[in-house]
Amino acid sequence: MSRELKDKVAVVGVGNTRYGNFPERDEYSLAAEAFRNALEDSGLRKDQVDGLLVCRIPYYARMGEVLGLNPRWTLTMPPHGRMSAIGIIEAVAAIEAGLCTTVALLYANIGRSRRVNYGGDENPSTWDPFGFTSPGAAHAMMFRRHMELYGTTTRQLAEVSVSVRYHACLNPDAVMRNPITIEDHESARFITAPLRLLDYCLINDGAVCVIVTGRERAKDCRKPPVLISGFGAQETYAPSSISNFDMEFWYPAVKASGEQARGMAGVEHADIDALMCYDNFSPTVLFSLEGLGFCRQGEAGSFVENGALSLGGRLPVNTDGGHLSNSYMQGWALNVEAVRQLRGECGTRQVPDCEVVQYVQATPCTRSIIYTRG
Amino acid sequence: MAYAKPLPKIDTLNRPFWEAARQGRLVVQHCTSCGDRHFPPGPVCPVCLSDSQDWVEVSGRGTLEGWVEFHRAYWDGFKDALPYRCCLVRLDEGPVLVSNLIGEGEPRFRAPVRVVFEEVTEDVTLPRFAME
Repeated sequence: MSRELKDKVAVVGVGNTRYGNFPERDEYSLAAEAFRNALEDSGLRKDQVDGLLVCRIPYYARMGEVLGLNPRWTLTMPPHGRMSAIGIIEAVAAIEAGLCTTVALLYANIGRSRRVNYGGDENPSTWDPFGFTSPGAAHAMMFRRHMELYGTTTRQLAEVSVSVRYHACLNPDAVMRNPITIEDHESARFITAPLRLLDYCLINDGAVCVIVTGRERAKDCRKPPVLISGFGAQETYAPSSISNFDMEFWYPAVKASGEQARGMAGVEHADIDALMCYDNFSPTVLFSLEGLGFCRQGEAGSFVENGALSLGGRLPVNTDGGHLSNSYMQGWALNVEAVRQLRGECGTRQVPDCEVVQYVQATPCTRSIIYTRG
Repeated sequence: MAYAKPLPKIDTLNRPFWEAARQGRLVVQHCTSCGDRHFPPGPVCPVCLSDSQDWVEVSGRGTLEGWVEFHRAYWDGFKDALPYRCCLVRLDEGPVLVSNLIGEGEPRFRAPVRVVFEEVTEDVTLPRFAME
């Protein structure tokens, strides 16, 4: 896809708030803090930002007013996790089309302090009379199918949660910082079986900002640019009546997105130093590994065994602790982590000699982005 | 005691499904132009975009494509039902439905299942499924 967009746009600023429970703050307050941090990180002046993309923030114009911004390009994304990479790719396209030069992408979530449940009457569906609700249940259904089709076990699934938690313990910003074992996973309470508490992502408040600009402008920024070298996309809109569900674990879409992204960036699997994988629920990581071709379909369970996803393992995944243990920033924080790894800013959780990082979201809107060191 | 679980939001589009269920018949939407059968219903056929659609009765038989067990109630009305099972059924005629798996015994992947109608209120009957 879009080979002419390879390496044309760079991430030059990233910022986040603390993550937690902040009932006294709203989306604008959190997003403003993340924006200030990202702007400082980039070394840009506020008046150099002429594009604004907001996600899970109620009103773009109020956001612009809060920040004192009057950009010439604005986009609002719906409050869905799958929008992070869509937003980043849209910003690349807008910059290369000349619609703006520098975009601030802002995401905020106050779901923890407002007691969002992600199920029941918050998300009405055809299947409510049967009690079938929540993205977690859809992933439980998919994982049950994976168990039956391929013999995957919950102990293998536990490897995902254990590795990601290990990374969170190395991340001073992470919400969950106590180590867990496979046995802890296996004895956690069921939420929707076969998934247990430790298979579910966190729900916390916080905000993230990413600032992107053209490669030439990026040279003048404070830190070395991180290039957006490749991306790929494929939607799977049926069955949307069963939301967050796919009979095939989005395998065809993830495969297509990965092939597009690698082809555009000109990298192979062996070049990828770390994977940032949308982990709303632990099974998504297995589905992503298979779709991207790090292993064959049905073999992710054995791929992840023995800490394969931990730092020092065959493929470090979600080195910030992901959605499962760092912060539920719906993909945005994972893109920030990709940038920080490529800059070498990650301290004790740094992947050595990190040159290529892939992001993937296996969802009804599947996307993958490949970042490289500029 | 009043029925406390969520009831279907019956509208113009899905009314034939719930009316048929009350009569103990399982129906799906059917395109009279290309023959596609689907559920939930849509305003046009998702294959050929025709708006010439009707409803046809299906056998009520299918295969068990997956199941989960809820241990958390997202509605108060389900608290006393915990844990309860939901299932994914591929009807012999093609469409995939979510429902409840009823009856005893461990679920078996791709086991044959058949519909069982359960009247939950005067107006609503739910099509649930049991292994054959």
